[in-house]
Amino acid sequence: MRVALFIPCYVDQLYPGVGLATARVLERLGCEVVYPEDQTCCGQPMANAGFAAQAAPLARRFLDVFSGFEAVVCPSGSCTSMVRNHYHGLLAGDPRYGAVRAATYELCEFVADVLGVERLPGRFRRRVGLHQSCHGLRELRLAAGSERRVAPFDKVASLLRSLEGLELVSLSRPDECCGFGGTFAVAEEAVSCLMGRDRIADHLRAGAEVVTGTDVSCLMHLGGLARRAGAPLAFLHVAEVMAEAMG
Amino acid sequence: MREGHAERAARFAADEGRARWHDGALWAVRQKRDRLAEELPEWEELRERAAQIKAHTRARLADYLEEFEREATARGAVVHWARDAEEHNRIVHQILALKAIRRLVKSKSMLTEECGLNAFLEARGIEVVDTDLGERIVQLAGEPPSHIVLPAIHKRREEVGALFHRTLGTEAGLSDPTALTAAARRHLRERFLRAEAGLTGVNFAVAETGGVVVCTNEGNADMGTSFPRIHIACMGVEKVVPRLEDLGVLVRLLARSATGQPITTYTSHFHGPLPGGELHVVIVDNGRARLLADPAFRGALACIRCGACMNTCPVFRRSGGHSYGFTIPGPIGSVLAPAWDPLAHTSLPFASSLCGSCDDVCPVRIPLHDLLLERRRQLVAGPGSISPGKRLAMLLLGLALRSRARYQASGWLLRFALRHLPRWLLYGPWNPWGRQRELPPAPPATFREAWRARQGQGRKGGGGG
Amino acid sequence: MASREEILAALRAAAPPAEPLPSAPAGARTRYGDPVARLAEAVQAVGGALVRAPTPLDLARETAELAARLGARQVVSEVPEAGAGTLRLAEVADPHDLAGVDLAVLPGAFAVAETGAVWVAAGQLRHRGVFVVAEHLALVVRAGAVVNDMHEAYARLRFGGPGFGVFIAGPSKTADIEQALVIGAHGPRSCTVLVTG
Repeated sequence: MRVALFIPCYVDQLYPGVGLATARVLERLGCEVVYPEDQTCCGQPMANAGFAAQAAPLARRFLDVFSGFEAVVCPSGSCTSMVRNHYHGLLAGDPRYGAVRAATYELCEFVADVLGVERLPGRFRRRVGLHQSCHGLRELRLAAGSERRVAPFDKVASLLRSLEGLELVSLSRPDECCGFGGTFAVAEEAVSCLMGRDRIADHLRAGAEVVTGTDVSCLMHLGGLARRAGAPLAFLHVAEVMAEAMG
Repeated sequence: MREGHAERAARFAADEGRARWHDGALWAVRQKRDRLAEELPEWEELRERAAQIKAHTRARLADYLEEFEREATARGAVVHWARDAEEHNRIVHQILALKAIRRLVKSKSMLTEECGLNAFLEARGIEVVDTDLGERIVQLAGEPPSHIVLPAIHKRREEVGALFHRTLGTEAGLSDPTALTAAARRHLRERFLRAEAGLTGVNFAVAETGGVVVCTNEGNADMGTSFPRIHIACMGVEKVVPRLEDLGVLVRLLARSATGQPITTYTSHFHGPLPGGELHVVIVDNGRARLLADPAFRGALACIRCGACMNTCPVFRRSGGHSYGFTIPGPIGSVLAPAWDPLAHTSLPFASSLCGSCDDVCPVRIPLHDLLLERRRQLVAGPGSISPGKRLAMLLLGLALRSRARYQASGWLLRFALRHLPRWLLYGPWNPWGRQRELPPAPPATFREAWRARQGQGRKGGGGG
Repeated sequence: MASREEILAALRAAAPPAEPLPSAPAGARTRYGDPVARLAEAVQAVGGALVRAPTPLDLARETAELAARLGARQVVSEVPEAGAGTLRLAEVADPHDLAGVDLAVLPGAFAVAETGAVWVAAGQLRHRGVFVVAEHLALVVRAGAVVNDMHEAYARLRFGGPGFGVFIAGPSKTADIEQALVIGAHGPRSCTVLVTG
């Protein structure tokens, strides 16, 4: 299967390893991976702050870049959700949107639902805390979530658990927000950091060595707090965990 | 710009011990909700039904209110209509003044908070005693409630003890909740028995039967309306539901969502007054028709005031209800507030990380986090509310991201700064990110550059490194 | 009245497009195998107690024992089979005089297994406030009148004329001070459901 990589702007600039790991995972699972170089940003930072006018040109650019691919895969729940759930208001009925929307996936849901992978071949002998990033969880429904009374499922946890030796630790609040929230992280810095530090404390109490998740933005915020506090935690995106495990 | 949620929240969060205690108390209520929701396999279906009942009712609100008025009047109630807070207060006062009533007891009504009823009546010589324990506590403390269901959740037992010592004469240092509640029981019993009128809110008004339903755990609505012969029930226009059978859905959702109980201790159905007494129902608009006319936000009228969104909100738990500066705090408050005063509450839609947890606990499925985002869009699209600095930053960011060349140049500049600027400059007071967090690392190459290098080396599939 | 017309007109002008009204499920969703057993659990969960009193003799005895355990001196009974009590509501002119009632024994029309609530048509009593002013409460309900859930409960209720009724689930309670549960806020400090038949 031919897959176009949709690499979030901050992954391209600050966490290229996550993009490389994503490509490696997809290739190991039999995909042909291409990277459309004209992409820049999905527009989420502007859109979430209410600046629809600044986000709209980026949405159109996204369609320019990604139209025609049968699968567009992104190592970010929030960027994927931006395209699938928040572009309709910005695109004024652009006829290309339906197809692009149907083709755009977050990495774990692509591996689980499209490639149909239940067990990943590989070993990752660490105690891992899974941070459930909010947009992936509640907008893409990557897992059932703690609020709703639905049959439990978790596409991300299932893939991680399938790795040999990986132990997912049990958090006291499995899906509380980390406090990043885009501009919230600086506009409401005090509460944002209190939320983040509470997450870190939860992971430490649960015995995590590595904290992972589908969104680097969350990990950047939590990682920044952990490094400042000297907390003994490593932060790896799920793509990096999978790529390391699969070799 | 004037002080908003962020500044007040920062003060609340600065006392980390208190913030964590407050957070823990509300998280426990959220967990109780979870346990009770888990017991009902049909929970999600109930939520959907409740949303449909409310949506249907909104589209025929005037018809249902007229039916309610007809049925209530036929059973002996007197129905009044108030366009706004001022008129509501005057109507309530008039009912009391007509009989020279000076002593009123009240059970919880967020509507009367919204209208500022207590101050209005007290200025006219009427003693108003809030009888819900949490409401009485904040009334004695001279504060507004900080939560619509748990008004005094922000107060520690020692603080309540000190307050009661000062105002009720309990012994100094007494902080045991059971003993303090017993003291309040004695104190309020006296008020109930000498009250001349009782005022309640309305949880649901049933059009089919003309009844008003009031839910309490303490029994204060019943104490307040079974002894005085005048009962005044105040309701917003959106409280009406079509039929008794609709209560089956809503009553099953309300207490489970609010406090994690299957039902409140008392669910009282008032159809007409006490024999020889009077029941006055005051129906209030106060901006609700205007909200109904707004296609973006009319869904917020479904709210049944359960408070579940507050309990689940990680921001509310760590900032406290008072940091919102509006009668109703938390996610639903932040959606409603701009409808009442667009200029005063511009910080509220940004008092959220848009995590979406509120949507998933709302018993009537209000898409709260989508509505918060829409509030942001409208603030940006309108004049004035957003700081010029923020507008400029977003404009520049948008421009930078629209061209590959500008994007790469900006990215290069950012990484260069992260790698080469001295720490004192990077982490100066101008950098709010850096107050408690390290900045992200600055890799020498971008993904694009690394990818090109990788492809250039002829790697096509598989392989490590 | 100008306000009434203005409000109704504003609501009509603002009305969104019509949406259908869902029908409640006919009958209960959950059918408990043993509704009384489930009721007992539910009553306990809301801080009350359920006692079986199959025959009138059992009822009279359980009520007397309850009153004795509570040290109740002033008892109002609106359930003749449970005993006459010491005070008849019909003889009380002013409800304020009920402030000293230690135990009120009232008839429940039916009970709801799902929630532990008992429906009391208190408006039919001479003084409806007796259910909340008494220090302790006992509610008598027939085993055959235990419904499964709130949908069934509302299907049984009619409000053709003026009246008052209340679902009572356990004793009065509050958690307003630090979320610490305290039984007996303003209303009765205990609630015993006596199930007959």
